[in-house]
Amino acid sequence: MLELIVISTLNGVLFGMLLFLLSSGLTVIFSMMGVLNFAHASFYMLGAFFGFQLTKWIGFWPALVLAPLLVGAIGMAVERYGLRNTHKHGHVAELLLTFGLAFAIEEIVSMIWGKSPLDYRVPALLDFPAFTIFSTNYPAYKIFMLAISVVIFVALLLVLKRTRVGLIVQAALTHPHMVGHLGHNVGRVFMVVFGVGSALAGLAGVIAGPALVTQSDMAASLGPILFVVIVFGGLGSLPGAFIASLVIGLVQTFAVALDGSLASAFGPLDPSTGPSVLTDIWNVTIAQVAPIVPYMLLVLILIVRPMGLMGTRES
Amino acid sequence: MRKLTLAIAVIAPMLGHAASAEDTIKIGYIDPLSGGGASVGEGGLKTFQYLADELNAKGGILGHKIEIVPLDNKTNPQESLVQAQKAIDAGVHYITQGNGSSVGAALSDFVTKNNTRNPGKEVLYFNYAAVDPSLTNEKCSYWHFRWDASSDIKMEALTNYMKDTASIKKVYLINQDYSFGQSVRTDARKMLGAKRPDIQIVGDELHPLLKVTDFSPYIAKIKASGADSVVTGNWGQDFALLLKAAADAGLKVNWYTYYAGGAGGPTAIKQTGLDQQVFQITEGFANSGNKAAMDYEKAFRAKVNLSLWYPRAVNEMRMFKAAAEKANSIDPVKVAAALEDLKFEVLDGGTGIMRKDDHQFLQPIYISSFGKLTESEPFDEESTGWGWHLVSRIDTPQAMVSTTCKMTRP
Repeated sequence: MLELIVISTLNGVLFGMLLFLLSSGLTVIFSMMGVLNFAHASFYMLGAFFGFQLTKWIGFWPALVLAPLLVGAIGMAVERYGLRNTHKHGHVAELLLTFGLAFAIEEIVSMIWGKSPLDYRVPALLDFPAFTIFSTNYPAYKIFMLAISVVIFVALLLVLKRTRVGLIVQAALTHPHMVGHLGHNVGRVFMVVFGVGSALAGLAGVIAGPALVTQSDMAASLGPILFVVIVFGGLGSLPGAFIASLVIGLVQTFAVALDGSLASAFGPLDPSTGPSVLTDIWNVTIAQVAPIVPYMLLVLILIVRPMGLMGTRES
Repeated sequence: MRKLTLAIAVIAPMLGHAASAEDTIKIGYIDPLSGGGASVGEGGLKTFQYLADELNAKGGILGHKIEIVPLDNKTNPQESLVQAQKAIDAGVHYITQGNGSSVGAALSDFVTKNNTRNPGKEVLYFNYAAVDPSLTNEKCSYWHFRWDASSDIKMEALTNYMKDTASIKKVYLINQDYSFGQSVRTDARKMLGAKRPDIQIVGDELHPLLKVTDFSPYIAKIKASGADSVVTGNWGQDFALLLKAAADAGLKVNWYTYYAGGAGGPTAIKQTGLDQQVFQITEGFANSGNKAAMDYEKAFRAKVNLSLWYPRAVNEMRMFKAAAEKANSIDPVKVAAALEDLKFEVLDGGTGIMRKDDHQFLQPIYISSFGKLTESEPFDEESTGWGWHLVSRIDTPQAMVSTTCKMTRP
């Protein structure tokens, strides 16, 4: 039992940090610009595919730097030539733009790289078990992912809360005209923020690509859970997203470990009732529903605390 | 006169063309060509197009050319019916589909209704991969023919192999939570229980279909259970991610799978380094040792640049030709009658038969393992340098289960 608890905790933390890695950029963009970027998971996918291609050409480590920069540049272009023009039409227009963009990126990626999964591997330098607990190995690459997540969290928090840059960015959101009168280029501030957010998604892609499956539907399969993380944590709250990632990672991992069902709690149903919808529900184990637990949490938190764990406003 | 000759010279080929186009046998290929299942659907389409080209090069079927009409169903039963209707309106009398038993059940039902309501405009449904046993049992239809072994037949063959492998003591079952995954799980429990009661089922897991991104918690459970073998029907990313998580955690078990060879599977196995520890159950594979099949594989790979993942599609198209020739007609009703109890030499060698009672094709089944290749095994998969290696061949009589099908015959 102790073994399962220790290992589940470790797995939960590792998975939670991966979620944070993926959702940090989304949170940054939302908190700074108020734009809910539906194309975020697509930027993540672009990061993975750029990472794969650059790894092939120049190796993993240069790719780790270059691919996010490339994705960031694309993000900035999207902001400069797309979002800036739709901004005056309100949030719905922005949302629709990013929504369409997500489909466009998926099609372009599958045109270039095809629809089959790519052979994107963990770099040889990190391809060894970092440590072993209860005869279960923990690969160095997962620890590397964890470290990068924590570094990103701390760095973002410091930049936003403790530097002049962070101050200007936050002011630009609430008082764009005032910031403009003070001599700052508000448009450029937004462009850079969107670029940084996209680059973070790209970085997550380069890192998560080898750990998960790199293929053209990876954006669609991961998109929904990211929204759960940022809504649960409180829209636009970085510490909220961090905590939400951890909570979701742990809850989901522990749920898988539990085999309990209504039948094991209250005994099996009377066999004479025969198989029916009721017996199906009666016999479903917690493990079976584990992957939908985050979505149930999302619904719960929206009912109980609509602004999320650490959110400050309701929208 | 000269003008007339000229006119004939110009018009005649057009007429000829028009005539042959009308006589073309159109086969509606209804499978995902976009969305999550697209990588699988595209591979199938290329396979059928190759098979059509091959038949056409040899004069087609009774002089008729074959044309494959690709129709995208997005792995959705509802969309499949729309596409099937579109195909029928365009003059298609044969449809083929494979991905997703839910789609298979919808199509089988649709075709049956269509044929009852429109006598004289019958359509046949050739199923090359939807393996839910219900399609040839309680939901069986006279108009449906299946070339892939149903999942219970595969499990029958697999357990016939496992019962003789003494090293198997504790088995863990992990499957996707939908009709196919559930039938793998129940069949495994039933058949292992009957053939090797001493084998312990130490775990029985169902997880949501294509929703899990991190399998490490499942691997932790498998490890805690002390299993030496895992049986899984997982495919696609559910297989690749499961295996990656196992290798990351250093789990040392044997994997008995249905679809380890699917797109992405071989890459994942190679990445994890599980040499000869992942087993797959199929009706044929690249290194089967059968000369004709291996020559075929070579030609197929050279042209399509894919490995032949569907030997059953080859059997399907060749048997279609054989049945049409036997009936001396391309009328679906006559072809269907000719297919019943038709014996056929399958691609990888050995005789198969289309069982009349339920329209399930019975054929030899192979168990192969994935790993480093020997000299007599020329084919690798997904450029990994590793390939499939013959472990056991289960002949037709050991690879069949009885059916409860009571079909309505026309």
